[in-house]
Amino acid sequence: MLLIDCPYCGKRPEVEFHCGGEAHIARPETPTAVGDADWGSFLYYRTNPKGVQAERWLHGHGCGRWFNALRDTVSDAFVATYEMGKPRPDRDAATASTPSNA
Amino acid sequence: MRRFSLKSLLQEAASGHQGWERQWRAPEPKKEYDVVIVGGGGHGLATAYYLASVHGVTNVAVLERGWIGGGNTGRNTTIVRSNYLFDESAGLYEHAMKLWEGLSQELNYNVMFSQRGVLMLAHNHHDVVSFKRHVYANRLNGIDNEWLSPEECKAYCPPLSISPDLRYPVLGGALQRRGGTARHDAVAWGYARGADARGVDIIQNCEVLGLKRHPDGSVAGVETSRGTIGAKRVGVVAAGHTGVVMGRFGLRMPVESVPLQALVSEPVKPVFPCVVMSNAVHAYISQSDKGELVIGAGTDQYVSYSQQGGIQIINHTLDAICELFPQFGRMRMLRSWGGIVDVTPDRSPILGKTPIEGLFVNCGWGTGGFKATPGSGHVFAHTLATGEPHKINAPFSLDRFKTGRLIDEAAAAAVAH
Amino acid sequence: MSQPFRRPSGGRIDRSRPLAVTFNGKRLEGFAGDTVASMLIASGQHLAGRSFKYHRPRGILSHGSDEPSALLSVDWRADRGPGYRDPNNRASVVEARDGLVVNTQNHWPSLETDIGAVNDLLSPVFVAGFYYKTFMWPRKFWDRVYEPVIRKAAGLGEAPDVKDADRYSNRHAHCDVLVVGAGPAGLAAALAASADGTKRVILADEGSEPGGALLNDTTATIDGRPAKEWVAGAVATLDARENVVILPRTTAFGYYNHNHVCMVERISDHRADAPEGLARERLWQVRAGEVVLATGSHERPLVFENNDRPGIMLAESVRAYLNRWAVLPGNELVVVTSSASAYRTALDAKAAGMRVSIVDIRLEADCGPEFAAAKDAGITVRSGHTVIRALGKKRVTGLVVSPIGRDGTIGEKTTLACDCVAMSGGWTPSVHLFSQSRGKLRFDVELDAFVPGTSAQAERSAGACRGVYDLTEVIADGAKAGGGELAPEATASFTGFQPVRVLPTDADASKVKAFVDFQNDVTAKDIRLAVREGFESIEHVKRYTTTGMATDQGKTSNMNALGLVAGILDRPLPAVGTTTFRPPYTPVSFGALIGPARDELFDPVRKTPIDPWAEANGAVFEPVALWRRAKYFPRVGEDMHAAVARETRAVRTHVGIFDASTLGKIEVIGPDAAEFMNRIYTNAWTKLKTGGCRYGLMLREDGFVYDDGVVARLAEDRFHVTTTTGGAPRVMRHMEDYLQTEWPDLDVFLTSITEQWAVIALQGPNARKVLDPFVTDIDLTEAAFPHMTVKTGYVCGVPCRLFRVSFTGELGFEVNVPADYGEAVWKTLYEEGQKHGITPYGTEAMHVLRAEVGYVVVGQETDGTVTPDDLGLSGLVSKVKPDFVGKRSLTRPDMIAAGRRQLVGLLTKTPDEVLDEGAQVVDDPAQPIPMKMIGHVTSSYASSNCGRSIAMAMIDAGRERIGETVFVTTPAGFTEAVISNAVFYDVKGETADA
Repeated sequence: MLLIDCPYCGKRPEVEFHCGGEAHIARPETPTAVGDADWGSFLYYRTNPKGVQAERWLHGHGCGRWFNALRDTVSDAFVATYEMGKPRPDRDAATASTPSNA
Repeated sequence: MRRFSLKSLLQEAASGHQGWERQWRAPEPKKEYDVVIVGGGGHGLATAYYLASVHGVTNVAVLERGWIGGGNTGRNTTIVRSNYLFDESAGLYEHAMKLWEGLSQELNYNVMFSQRGVLMLAHNHHDVVSFKRHVYANRLNGIDNEWLSPEECKAYCPPLSISPDLRYPVLGGALQRRGGTARHDAVAWGYARGADARGVDIIQNCEVLGLKRHPDGSVAGVETSRGTIGAKRVGVVAAGHTGVVMGRFGLRMPVESVPLQALVSEPVKPVFPCVVMSNAVHAYISQSDKGELVIGAGTDQYVSYSQQGGIQIINHTLDAICELFPQFGRMRMLRSWGGIVDVTPDRSPILGKTPIEGLFVNCGWGTGGFKATPGSGHVFAHTLATGEPHKINAPFSLDRFKTGRLIDEAAAAAVAH
Repeated sequence: MSQPFRRPSGGRIDRSRPLAVTFNGKRLEGFAGDTVASMLIASGQHLAGRSFKYHRPRGILSHGSDEPSALLSVDWRADRGPGYRDPNNRASVVEARDGLVVNTQNHWPSLETDIGAVNDLLSPVFVAGFYYKTFMWPRKFWDRVYEPVIRKAAGLGEAPDVKDADRYSNRHAHCDVLVVGAGPAGLAAALAASADGTKRVILADEGSEPGGALLNDTTATIDGRPAKEWVAGAVATLDARENVVILPRTTAFGYYNHNHVCMVERISDHRADAPEGLARERLWQVRAGEVVLATGSHERPLVFENNDRPGIMLAESVRAYLNRWAVLPGNELVVVTSSASAYRTALDAKAAGMRVSIVDIRLEADCGPEFAAAKDAGITVRSGHTVIRALGKKRVTGLVVSPIGRDGTIGEKTTLACDCVAMSGGWTPSVHLFSQSRGKLRFDVELDAFVPGTSAQAERSAGACRGVYDLTEVIADGAKAGGGELAPEATASFTGFQPVRVLPTDADASKVKAFVDFQNDVTAKDIRLAVREGFESIEHVKRYTTTGMATDQGKTSNMNALGLVAGILDRPLPAVGTTTFRPPYTPVSFGALIGPARDELFDPVRKTPIDPWAEANGAVFEPVALWRRAKYFPRVGEDMHAAVARETRAVRTHVGIFDASTLGKIEVIGPDAAEFMNRIYTNAWTKLKTGGCRYGLMLREDGFVYDDGVVARLAEDRFHVTTTTGGAPRVMRHMEDYLQTEWPDLDVFLTSITEQWAVIALQGPNARKVLDPFVTDIDLTEAAFPHMTVKTGYVCGVPCRLFRVSFTGELGFEVNVPADYGEAVWKTLYEEGQKHGITPYGTEAMHVLRAEVGYVVVGQETDGTVTPDDLGLSGLVSKVKPDFVGKRSLTRPDMIAAGRRQLVGLLTKTPDEVLDEGAQVVDDPAQPIPMKMIGHVTSSYASSNCGRSIAMAMIDAGRERIGETVFVTTPAGFTEAVISNAVFYDVKGETADA
């Protein structure tokens, strides 16, 4: 079970959270101006990286806030968590946190 | 290829089994193939087998990063059924079922396909309606599936509790008698042996690193950890690693890879006669020939390539198992493991062309790919041999994510595969 | 059985506390501190089971959790009735106590005489993977004939057949340092980690007492004191520290993400005096800052012909039985070894009075100080010798040994008579947990073992589990891992071994049975066959031969198998691969894993405030999501059909009362609330006046219907949203998602208020009459309070949000009162309603009533593939709003294609025939299979108010086909029905919209 560092509450077990998938996929400003292919891409296509991915989490059984996280999908270690709206931190898996050094 | 039979087995028994040959060769890759298949799991090996046996395309290589059958083929709970709702899915899975029914003989390899029946339990009104919708649709599609009362469920699966005191009492079930299980490893090995015997090169420990393309953009071959290998057509059958391989080819895909866990109990004498699935409480269980209870758990919620999930997923599944089968509380978990399953937005696979000429993809089987192995390989072989999809896999195109013509079995039934 | 092989003194048993267990119906005697295995050995009984495949007699191989052979069915509380028995318990770890009833397994008719042993004779046929090569003809015979026979032969013990009568507990814990293993390394680590008192330390060990291998040791000293005194001192010190928790009988079985370590503590199985109700086991879920793995190592058996005969044991286990349990595993011992450590066994056995000789595969020159020690003790050592085979069947009676020539040739054979063999092929560090933590293993050629390489989590290994074997070094290594330093002076250990894999022999290797995996009956020749057939990856070999897949999970077999394959292929061992270890380390009961989540705690039941009244009034309930809801209220003699007919009639003729509290409720508050609603729902909200209600439809971004419900505008900046019962949590999440991540600029707050309000629906022509006496500050008249409006005020003196809404087509009110007042208000209204023919109705009648007037239920008519237009609700989709969730998707090619399934009604030709919900619809029932299906039935009821059956269906282009006849599946075949409008009941009198 993951240990997730909610930017608002601190470290909590995964069961308190809901994962919302890849982050930084902005909803188009004017969806009606988007073509079918691009709209399909927005709805369904994901990076699915083997490595660090930015993803959305909801601390649903906690503060109720959505936030973003960088997590290595190979080790499942979190590199960072950060508030919605903040840019993706410029960090890689080498800085992944473990319970002892985070 | 030396035929397997009781006679050959007895002959060998007399001579200490010294005469068995390799079940498949370990060839060096050739410079070029007509078709290169990326991924040596059941689907990839089946594709190679049918390319050779049905289409006469034998200049084929299967490139496997590790050892064949080591991904989801060797990690699933081996459930086989074809009672899907939509015509498109029913067509695909029933095509597979028909092939399953003769597969041991076709491959001369006992894949232990055991049609002991798959019973799906209904625990609420929504389940009942949904399963009846399946039962009726299957009947009209010529697929066996019948509705059982709770008492009939109990008669078919005596360990099942149908007590009305259950948190979610059993209201009935949909039974596909032709459904069952098979020996997963044997499927990979049987296809490998059959393909190899027909000239297919199965190349293990060979990772595909990139795509080679002609100036017009079409496929010219693949770059691998063992050098460049030319190919007229390339089929990617990489399951959980589809996104990785296609990423190396410069393509994004509508798939995400998530952990799926399963476990077995210690082996015990026969106690469980069939396969039982309960989607409402998340329990999937059968007993292997060796005696282990084979139990499928759910997926974790996040993308991961770790083949490891949280124990809460397993605990949740065992909660349900012990609710339905309270006598199993003292059984013990012997082994648990995880696979990486590639999940599409509509939980249906993608089988067909890609935006790159000559590159084809077979992926997105999610939690339910094993049962489709023969059918998937069969129609994908057709696609690779002819350059066009078989009518059975035509609806499973990438295009549907643009048009919205999804085949959403999951939404329709809330049924895990 | 008496204890002829019990030593007269010594051992960690309490001779003042004799006890007895029942073994295969016989009385077996021993003392507190014994295991069932040590009692068996004390009685002279080594035969303890039959093997999996060949039904060969098997004895006791080990003294720990790696035991592959001596597996027992144990009834832990035979005196308390059924439900306490389970199979496959290792005799070596079952702590003996009065009252245990144990039986051997996998034999018929008896352990001594087992018909299944015929398999041993057929073993030339039953080689690895033989089943892949045959049983294919005739085709139907596999699952009818062959498989049932194979299945019956396979399996080990009998599964429990009644409900588990024990209970289990669950505990979450946090600590700074978790030390796994309380041998010398673990004790040293725990001492160091806890020394300054600032760190919370948990020390867990699978054994019944701390000490690990030192418990088997009567000769070693540490700092001049006997090792057991050092252990006792360390334990006392740790016990005295408040920051330390010591957990014996606690197996760390799983090392998961982010230092989440799962352990099982055995609480009561070993206690004869355990009070009823005491949990049997406890699951510990520990989140540790750091983990120290001090999990020790496993001894390797040697692989030679008949190495599985009862009486042949691991060398360290022989030593453990001699010293810890004070039993003699026989009178005449041959130690067969390629490892120095086994000499300690020989010395201890000699000292205990056994006749001892040693067969060492190594040459004298390759041996260490142990060789001289044995000589000095007067023990014959045959170095440079091999074992050709073991003699005997149900007990070893001798070994055929021979010298190995320089060129590997087998010399003259000698038979050594013996009744016990202690074998050692060296040691394998227990890296299971390290591997589970995803640390990378490294192969150490010197140690001939995989040892921990790069850590993936905050974890350190110490002692034998990383290949450190000398006692002094082990203790120092443990202390270092615990963050301290210790430099004790301990007795030098005999260390070092020569990896031999399979002992040299001149027998035909293709004929002899030399076991690699004892439990799964995998022999060296099976592994050779697998490699011959092209299975070269160790994973392939494992799967083809099943080596390492048994309940001992290959603890004793993995390295031998791996080494054998590497040898055949002439590749370095790591090139063949290693196994990635997966949880659990040892098998864990389902009971421990589920803990208290059984019966009523399996899944919480949500109940409404009015649930007690419903229960008292005879409601039949149904589960809806987590809720239980009253389905109908049968009167004496009524079935559901009759009850529902009565309830639905009462609503149309008088008044019904319905508990709608489970409806999801969300309050949307803030200056931008209307704008938020505009973006989330398909309809427009800006113009909805305060006090007005509107039916809202919500889509997912992909354009399919997600949820629906009535929404009331309580104020300019406040909406009271209702959702479906099952949809409430996901709708809340959906709204929060958009609000927080897409439109953080909107000033809106969302609050789930589902459980704050009880909702009582009064539906029917008399609804107003029932309500009127209890409302003083709200004008209930039609003019003042029309349909689809909301008012706040008081009902029965209780604050109320009163909705004038209807889900039946009748005049209706939904009375929202604070949940705590729900039952009281309900009772008051119900009592008053007696004057007006009030009838409580349940969810079934609710469904019938709404279907009569054509209202859809999301999740019943819709299935995640349905658009608003499919439901005939395109009028609810705003054409003028520039955007809302799902809008763009509605114009995708397939969403606007002709021929989509549309909601219509279906009327059977026979009026009282009720269609099956889920039934499929076709145009031509005579067409060949596969048939063209044109739709399916979504809802279907007997409608007493309509005087006939009614059904709703989704039909391809259905709205264009009204009036046409179609055929609908029935259990027996087809029935005729006519497509109709989906409104069936013509509401009369003062109705919802009147």
